[in-house]
Amino acid sequence: MIIDLPRFITTERPSWTELEVVLDRLQAEPGRELTLDDAKRFHFLYQKVSADLGRIATFASEPELRRYLEALTARAYAEIHETRERGRRFRPLHWFLTDFPRVFRRHLGAFHISSIIMAVGVLFGALAVTLDEEAKEAVLPPMFANHLGDPAKRVAMEEKATKDRGAGQHSTFASQLMVNNIGVSIKAVALGLTFGVGTMILLFYNGIILGLVGIDYILAGQSVFLAGWLLPHGVIEIPAILIGGQGGLMIGQALIGRGDRAPLAARFRALGPDLATLIGGIAVMLVWAGFVESFLSQYHAPVIPYSVKIAFGLVELAVLVWFLGSGRKNDGAKTGEGRA
Amino acid sequence: MNSELRIRTPEGIAFSYQLAGPVTRCMAWGCDLLVIIGLSIGLGQLAAVFGLINADLALALSTLAYFVVSIGYGIATEWAWRGQTVGKRIMRLRVMDAQGLRLQFHQILMRNLLRFADLLPGCYLIGGVAMVLSRRAQRLGDLAANTVVVHIPKHAEPDLDQLLAGKFNSLRQFPHLDARLRQRATPEEARLALQSLVRRDELEPEARVRLFAELAEHFKTLVVFPPEAIEAMPDEQYVRNVVDLLFRPRGAAEKKPERATEAFAAARH
Repeated sequence: MIIDLPRFITTERPSWTELEVVLDRLQAEPGRELTLDDAKRFHFLYQKVSADLGRIATFASEPELRRYLEALTARAYAEIHETRERGRRFRPLHWFLTDFPRVFRRHLGAFHISSIIMAVGVLFGALAVTLDEEAKEAVLPPMFANHLGDPAKRVAMEEKATKDRGAGQHSTFASQLMVNNIGVSIKAVALGLTFGVGTMILLFYNGIILGLVGIDYILAGQSVFLAGWLLPHGVIEIPAILIGGQGGLMIGQALIGRGDRAPLAARFRALGPDLATLIGGIAVMLVWAGFVESFLSQYHAPVIPYSVKIAFGLVELAVLVWFLGSGRKNDGAKTGEGRA
Repeated sequence: MNSELRIRTPEGIAFSYQLAGPVTRCMAWGCDLLVIIGLSIGLGQLAAVFGLINADLALALSTLAYFVVSIGYGIATEWAWRGQTVGKRIMRLRVMDAQGLRLQFHQILMRNLLRFADLLPGCYLIGGVAMVLSRRAQRLGDLAANTVVVHIPKHAEPDLDQLLAGKFNSLRQFPHLDARLRQRATPEEARLALQSLVRRDELEPEARVRLFAELAEHFKTLVVFPPEAIEAMPDEQYVRNVVDLLFRPRGAAEKKPERATEAFAAARH
């Protein structure tokens, strides 16, 4: 094709500049909505620039101009053909109070599987320590070393303590708990990329630890201490890790794609926003759990009566169940596209 | 693993991106690691100031700062700089949506958080293998987030006036053939000829003669100039004249006016 290049540029440049201005504005204000006329004009400019690129594409002498038009076309293409909802202004409260529970409910099946796997782990751990006392030593990681001894002795020691042994370290301890637990949850999600197998192993292993420690205290007659110690933070921390497992299993399900004819990329594309929401929600839950574990769970009777701690834990659990499940009746109308 | 991501729009226009390879990405990650360490040390020092008030709070802030920086650095920078971190900026890389669509926040979040699976069992082994096996050089995190990392080449235009000035171009006397050459030569052929001229002094003498002979032979098949115009013209001179025709519009050589792209650039600014 032979074209008069300087004339071509002079004639077409205003359209390129106009399209650039529209694109800049759209990128600067992601929440901006175009009027029908603006959208029509935007589409016209995109087609015009595409046509200009088609004309210049085989023109050997102007690689710089071609690259400019390619970049402009690519930017406009990304805006015109993007069918996902434009990034609305992020509203943290609405996101946490409405979006997070709704996404959780949308994938409730994966949460149930996650809970069952951990429950099997708990049973396995409980059975292991009942049949073989040495199992505790073999399975518990170093960070649980303080649970290796006789639970009754530990309880007696905790209850005899006359001063706050964690004084001056509560904030540090809380931050370490948050970092550790959020890290575990992220791992649970990420290991979904092993077709969910890694996630299942992680959930099962955490279940074993919980079962080992729990049954050890119960067999030693320290059920009340165990409930008072575990419930305040555990009712948030354990569900948070289960939700992490839920995310991992969602990834595994998307990878396997059973019962879903959409291509892999489309399956992941549909899953992305939900996973991001779940991960954010988990982080908030674990920050709360970290504070509770550091500033409440570590105090025992007589400093804080067990009844108060247990009641606090049960109230938290009730609120959590209500929080995650209360909007169920509104889900159908707003999330018809949801996949289990 | 392909080296190119080609996107064809419904309007029939195609454009391509050069996919970043494992080595470049590894170097970018190394740079980012240094930034993360630097930021963590800096924030640790800042948290130490709180130690004057409360040592417990200082240690807690330091722990959280390291965690937030190590997890959030990639997410924050890629979101703020449209798919680039410091390392990626240095290595001229960019994260993109695999379909060329707008990069979404959840994609950035996922590719960064799922990095843990790519790191297993250590040193990005799984991620590296996935990248080599993937058609679009994607690690597992990229696969799940539907993203690719592309290389943004830097094309420094050579100073053509200096490269081509002072030489009489006998081919310019045939405007119709000049136009035909510009029509028939592809952008790749034109760039190849230009690069050969720019790098001619780096070539071994024999390779230089052979290269320009091949190029001249090729361009002679595209357009046949009258024998009197190319008589006794060395191959390198022939290629130089071809480049002159392709890259300098008519009239540019004589009065050194703007090249089309220069006119375009000037008009834009």
